[in-house]
Amino acid sequence: MAKFETPEIKDETVDIPALQTGVMSHSKPYVSQDKFQAPLGFPGELVDNWKDVAINKLGELLETNRALQVFMDSCVKCGACTDKCHYFLGTSDPRNMPVARQDLLRGVYRRYFTLPGKYFPKLVGATDLTEEVLGEWYSYFHQCSECRRCSVYCPYGIDTAEITMATRDIMNAVGVGQKYSNEIIGKVFKIGNNLGLPQPALADTLLGLEEDVKDETGVDVRYPLDEKGAEVLLVTPSADFFAEPHVDGLIGYGKVFHAAGISWTLSSHASEAANFGLFIGSAENMKKIALRIREAALDLGVKRIIFGECGHAWRVAYSYLNTLAGPFDFLDPRYPVPQHICEFTYDLIQRRALTLDKSANDHRRVTFHDSCNVARASRMGDMPGGQFVIPREIIKAVCNHYYDMAPDTIGEATFCCGGGGGLLTDDLMELRVKGALPRMSALKSVVEEHGVTHMAAICAICKSQFAKVLPYYGFEMDQIVSVHQLVSDAIVLDAKQ
Amino acid sequence: MFVTVLFALLFYVATAILLVGLGVRIAGYARAPAPLKIPTTPAPTTRGGVVLRMGTEVFLFNSLFKANKWIWLFGIVFHVALALVLLRHLRYFLDPVPTWVVMIQPFGLYAAFAMVLGLAGLWVRRIFVERIRYISSPSDHLMLALLLGIALTGLSMTYLWHTDITAVKLFFTGLMRFEFNPLPLQPMLLLHLLLVAGLMIIFPFSKLLHAPGVFFSPTRNQVDNPREKRHVTKVKWMTASERPATGGDK
Ligand code: SF4
Ligand code: SF4
Repeated sequence: MAKFETPEIKDETVDIPALQTGVMSHSKPYVSQDKFQAPLGFPGELVDNWKDVAINKLGELLETNRALQVFMDSCVKCGACTDKCHYFLGTSDPRNMPVARQDLLRGVYRRYFTLPGKYFPKLVGATDLTEEVLGEWYSYFHQCSECRRCSVYCPYGIDTAEITMATRDIMNAVGVGQKYSNEIIGKVFKIGNNLGLPQPALADTLLGLEEDVKDETGVDVRYPLDEKGAEVLLVTPSADFFAEPHVDGLIGYGKVFHAAGISWTLSSHASEAANFGLFIGSAENMKKIALRIREAALDLGVKRIIFGECGHAWRVAYSYLNTLAGPFDFLDPRYPVPQHICEFTYDLIQRRALTLDKSANDHRRVTFHDSCNVARASRMGDMPGGQFVIPREIIKAVCNHYYDMAPDTIGEATFCCGGGGGLLTDDLMELRVKGALPRMSALKSVVEEHGVTHMAAICAICKSQFAKVLPYYGFEMDQIVSVHQLVSDAIVLDAKQ
Repeated sequence: MFVTVLFALLFYVATAILLVGLGVRIAGYARAPAPLKIPTTPAPTTRGGVVLRMGTEVFLFNSLFKANKWIWLFGIVFHVALALVLLRHLRYFLDPVPTWVVMIQPFGLYAAFAMVLGLAGLWVRRIFVERIRYISSPSDHLMLALLLGIALTGLSMTYLWHTDITAVKLFFTGLMRFEFNPLPLQPMLLLHLLLVAGLMIIFPFSKLLHAPGVFFSPTRNQVDNPREKRHVTKVKWMTASERPATGGDK
């Protein structure tokens, strides 16, 4: 990998950089191969008539996705979004300005689908689809984490994430896929999760967790797998099974279920909350992955489905699961389908059903990173914005020291961790480090101002990304924690007996 | 008479292109399904809430306000002024002129200046802010030039070279009844009308589609209720792939 310099944190707010055209054009993730493409139904290499295939695919997407049509036509180049993307702020490459990223596809749309583009291409910025353009697509549509920050500020709600997804879908259709995402989806189809952990390995890991918790607390907390007749099916990102700090979150979920006295189970068939079908913009693949959850719920005979801490997984769960794999009329109608583990824990806290010892977290001064997909593509609870309130209320219920980062870097304005949207791969390390700059700057200022020691998150990708990127900015990798890790440390088990 | 016929035909053609072109685009937006729920959250959980959200976007440019105060300021000044000017122009088409149109006449005049100011502000930013210059195509500059041209030729008729308003009104009301009444041969008027017709013709093929587009934008017009109400549309990938054998779908 090419050497690069970690950007310098200057201030709490990141200055809008002067443009450095093309400085990130070398950034490209590894291209997928036939063996990773085939299981997803994509050609293994660039097909001969790829231009026709690409244009046809674009036409098909325009007809089946209103958002794409509206977004292609409506941009007025007002520039409101130009300084909103963390990848632009971190890299200075103007093609990482959301509208410029969109224009990589819009130019082709105009050329082949609009009159002015056909007859006066230069005038309206229309471009022929060439190998060079395809190369730019591959580079810059893999420099978008589909975080939707730009869509908050666009007067027409143009969501670059939708355009990135569409273009990745087109690239897969012509045989130019991204290895990282496509290989992972293949593993889900074959084994059930992104990491390729088979059932016995999972069972082993969970047994180990039970022993650890027993050693630590003296209480028999269960971490069940494939138990028929459990009340709750917990679907969680597979990183929760072993990565740090994810696994501490999983330990926390188990303790909460234990304290609530509600039976639950994980499923080896649906041992993955993540759904990378979203990232590659492939509705078919997203649906196939989502259906595994339905199958597991039916097979295990559960009454509720709860999702663990994962950002894009919660988007797919909250916004799409009902559409993709519903209706869920076989589940208990008293609960929303699905629920977020934070909604579940928050409800218990409100009903005073958990015994919590806040002082257990007194060695921590905590801030919270709103994960983009939770913030801008989902909800928790029954009120708009509940996704901001509920995790914070949980943290405040288990910690004495909580401090928010600057208002324009949290809530709906939150900055992506820099590793979302299928970019959490080592071949994109430079992009990930640079894209983390706005978040790192905001973190640094609460560290300096309030002595914050830890940043909590509810997303597996955020956690992995920060664990890797924090050290580049002079922090420690274990300064990122799971929200349910904080719960886990504060919860007093079997206190009532 | 030759000029009158030419302009009469031009306006028939321009109107037809505007209406048919817009109709086709809007039908396209309406026909295309929105297969998934993608409102940018936090989003309203009720229809009424969505109407309110759309209202703040369309009338107050709420998202733009959050994004950039300068663009918002010039943008809203231009659009409000344009709306007033357009309403003011109703008096050239309606007989008798409704009282409220009479009452807004003086505001409409100030609005013309505001329109020029807003457009100039936007253009200055497009030229001098590096990021916006980078994303601009020639057509983006031409669009501003066109609008500015319309505003300036209009203003010039109010203050410099007066034109026979009554004759202009007779020309347009006549067009609506398929009668050709003579158009005053005043260069500024002809230029003004030529530019307006040009704007009408390019409307359905340009970024001016943002006007209908905003109402169809799923990130703004969808209700945030995917758990409460199953969102289903007829797209191939939704219906085609098989259901699980054990499916609970009856
Ligand atoms: S979705 Fe996020 S990463 Fe993509 S262009 Fe917009 S702000 Fe940048
Ligand atoms: S904010 Fe929206 S309309 Fe303005 S340039 Fe960006 S994408 Fe285009």
